[in-house]
Amino acid sequence: MTKFEIRGLRADVLIGAEERKEILKGVDLTINSGETHAIMGPNGSGKSTLAYAVAGHPKYEITGGEVLLDGENVLEMSVDERARAGLFLAMQYPVEVPGVSMSNFLRSAVTAVRGEAPKLRAFSKELQGAMSGLSIDPSFAGRGVNEGFSGGEKKRHEILQLELLKPKVAILDETDSGLDVDALKVVSEGINRAKATGEVGVMLITHYTRILNYVKPDFVHVFAGGRVAESGGPELADVLESEGYERFVKVGA
Amino acid sequence: MATPNLGIKEHSHGGDLPVSKLDVHGSFDLDDFPKPNGREEEWRFTPLRRLRGLHDGRDIADGVVTVDVTAPDEVVVETVGRDDARLGTSFLPTDRVSALAYQSFTEAVVVTVPKEVEAGAPVFVRITGTEQGDAYGHVLVRAERHSAATVVLEYAGNSVYADNVEFVVEDGARLDVISLQDWERDAVHVSHHYTRVGRDARFRSFVVTLGGDLVRLSPKVAYTGPGGDAELFGLYFTGEGQHHEHRSLIDHNVSRTRSRVEYKGALSGEGAHAVWIGDVIIGEGTEGTDSYEHNRNLVLTDGTRVDSVPNLEIFTGEVEGAGHASASGRLDDVHLFYLQSRGIPADAARRLVIRGFFAELINRIEIPELRERIMTEVEEKLALHE
Ligand SMILES: Nc1ncnc2c1ncn2[C@@H]1O[C@H](COP(=O)(O)OP(=O)(O)O)[C@@H](O)[C@H]1O
Ligand SMILES: [Mg+2]
Repeated sequence: MTKFEIRGLRADVLIGAEERKEILKGVDLTINSGETHAIMGPNGSGKSTLAYAVAGHPKYEITGGEVLLDGENVLEMSVDERARAGLFLAMQYPVEVPGVSMSNFLRSAVTAVRGEAPKLRAFSKELQGAMSGLSIDPSFAGRGVNEGFSGGEKKRHEILQLELLKPKVAILDETDSGLDVDALKVVSEGINRAKATGEVGVMLITHYTRILNYVKPDFVHVFAGGRVAESGGPELADVLESEGYERFVKVGA
Repeated sequence: MATPNLGIKEHSHGGDLPVSKLDVHGSFDLDDFPKPNGREEEWRFTPLRRLRGLHDGRDIADGVVTVDVTAPDEVVVETVGRDDARLGTSFLPTDRVSALAYQSFTEAVVVTVPKEVEAGAPVFVRITGTEQGDAYGHVLVRAERHSAATVVLEYAGNSVYADNVEFVVEDGARLDVISLQDWERDAVHVSHHYTRVGRDARFRSFVVTLGGDLVRLSPKVAYTGPGGDAELFGLYFTGEGQHHEHRSLIDHNVSRTRSRVEYKGALSGEGAHAVWIGDVIIGEGTEGTDSYEHNRNLVLTDGTRVDSVPNLEIFTGEVEGAGHASASGRLDDVHLFYLQSRGIPADAARRLVIRGFFAELINRIEIPELRERIMTEVEEKLALHE
C-alpha cells in the first residue's frame, strides 16, 4: 500500500535567466495505490507544470509545499532517485534523445529501477511481449529514443515504459491527446494492465473525458488557476463534459 | 559560434585566377608559400609553436614511420618511389606543409581498384610512428571507372607527420574512406586529403580524430564530372590540451554536383581546442549545386575552446540548395532529465547522451569491427573525461 501526497505545492516556471512565473499556487492531492485520479482542467491551468515539477524537470522550481511518497520527501531526491523510488511520468511531449537506441535506453532504465540488470534473453522476451501488447513494431527497439516518432508512437512508448518500470505512482500527462480511437484503446489497455496489479496509483491528466470511457477514474479533480479547484467522483467528469470549464476558469483567474 | 563569411573576398595568392579567398589554387613549390606567422586566415587557429617546425620547411626526417597495407586480392597495392608518374597528378598542394610533405616523402603507397571491380573487403593502410620525429608520407588511392571499395587509413604511434592523400574516384565509381587519427598523445599530424570525384561517382569519407597533441586535417574535394556526390563526415573527441583542426573545402566547380559535410565533436578538459572550417565554393557558371554543411560541438567541461566557421562562396545564381549550420553547447538538460526520469543515474545518463551524439555518425560506418573499435575508443576517452 502506497500513499502519495502533494501538500500545498507551489512552483514557478523558469522562463529566462531572470524571468519566472508562478504557476502552481498550492496544490493538495493524495493518491493511494490502486486509485485512479483524473485531473482535468483547461489548457494553461498548470497540469503539466504539476507533473513536471513533481518529477523534477529543470525548467521548474518548487517554491513551497511538499511531495511525499510513503512519507519520504520526494523533493529532496534527484530526478533519477524519484524514479527509482517508484515515481513515473508519462510526458505530454516525450523527449527525443538522438543516437540512444530505444532498446539500450529501456534496458538501462529497467536495470536502474529494478536494481539489477535483467537477463538479456528474458528481457528481450519481456520487451517483445510488452511492445506487441501496445502494437509497436519490433523495429522501434533499434531506433533512437523517440527520434522521429509520431505523436502517437511516442505516447505508446511512454506506456511501454510504464509497463516495464512498474512504478508505485504513475502520472500520465495527456497520454490521450493526439491519439485516434484505435490508438486510444491500445494505450488505455496498457494503462489498465499496469493498474490491474492494484499496486499503482494513477494520476491521469487529461483535457477531455474521452479516455475516461476506457480508464475508469475513482476520483475526478478539476484543476484551474494552478490548484485543485474542485474534487468529486466519476460523475464530476460528466458535469465537465456537458458544462465545460468556464465556471472554473473564472474562479481560477 | 562564429559568423559565416559569405560572398566574394580577396584571394591571398593565385594571380589572375578567379578571385577567391578560399584555397583552391596551389603549388608544388614550397617557396610559393611564405612561412606562416599565425596571422594568416588559414593559420590563425593553429598554434604554430606546437607544429614543432613542420611548417618551417627545414630538411629533417628523423622520425620512423612504418606503413603496412592489407587488401583483398582484386585490389592492386604498390609501394613506389617519388618518381612514379601517377603521383601528384590530381592535386596541387594548397599550403606550405602540404608542399613540404610532397617534396619530402621517400616512398608512396598506390592503391588501385581496377575498373568495374568491387572490392570484397576493405583495404587497410596502417601508418604507425615507431620513432618520434619528423616524417612525411604520400598515398594515392585510385578507384577506376565503375569500381567500388572501402579504404581505411589508420594512423597510430608517435610522429611529427605531414602527408598528402590523393583520392581519385573515376566516373561511376564509389569510394568510402575512413581515416582514423588514433595517434599517441605526443604526435603531431598535418594531413591533406585531395579528392577528385568523377561523373556520377560517389565519395564518402569518415574522419575520426581522437589522438595526438595536434592534428590538422584538410579534406578537399573537387569534381571532374556532373553527378558527383561527396559526403564528408567527421568525428572528434578533443581532450585536455589537444588541438584538433578540420578544414574541409568542397569546390563545386562542375554543374550538378552534391556535397554534404557533417562534423561533430566533443571537447573535454582544460585547453581542449577544436577547429572546424567548412569552405564551400559554388563555381562560376555552374548549375544545380546541392550543398549542405553542418558542425556540432558538445562542450563537456569549462576551459575548452571551439572555433567553428562555415564559409560559403557563391559565384553563380543557379544553386539548387546551399546551407550551413553550426552549433556548440553543453549537454541538453532536457535530454538528461528524460533519461533520469526513467531511473537512470545522472552519470550514466550523461554517458548515454554523449555516446548517442557520436553513435549517430559512427552507425553510418559500414564496417562493424571498425564501428565497435571507434566506439570503444570514444568510451575510453569518455572514461578519462570522468
Ligand atoms: N517557458 C514558458 N514561458 C512562459 N510561460 C510558460 C512557459 N511554460 C509554461 N508556461 C505557462 O505556464 C502555464 C501552465 O502551463 P502548463 O502547465 O503547460 O498547462 P497545462 O498543462 O494545464 O496546459 C501556462 O499559462 C503557460 O503559458
Ligand atoms: Mg499540459
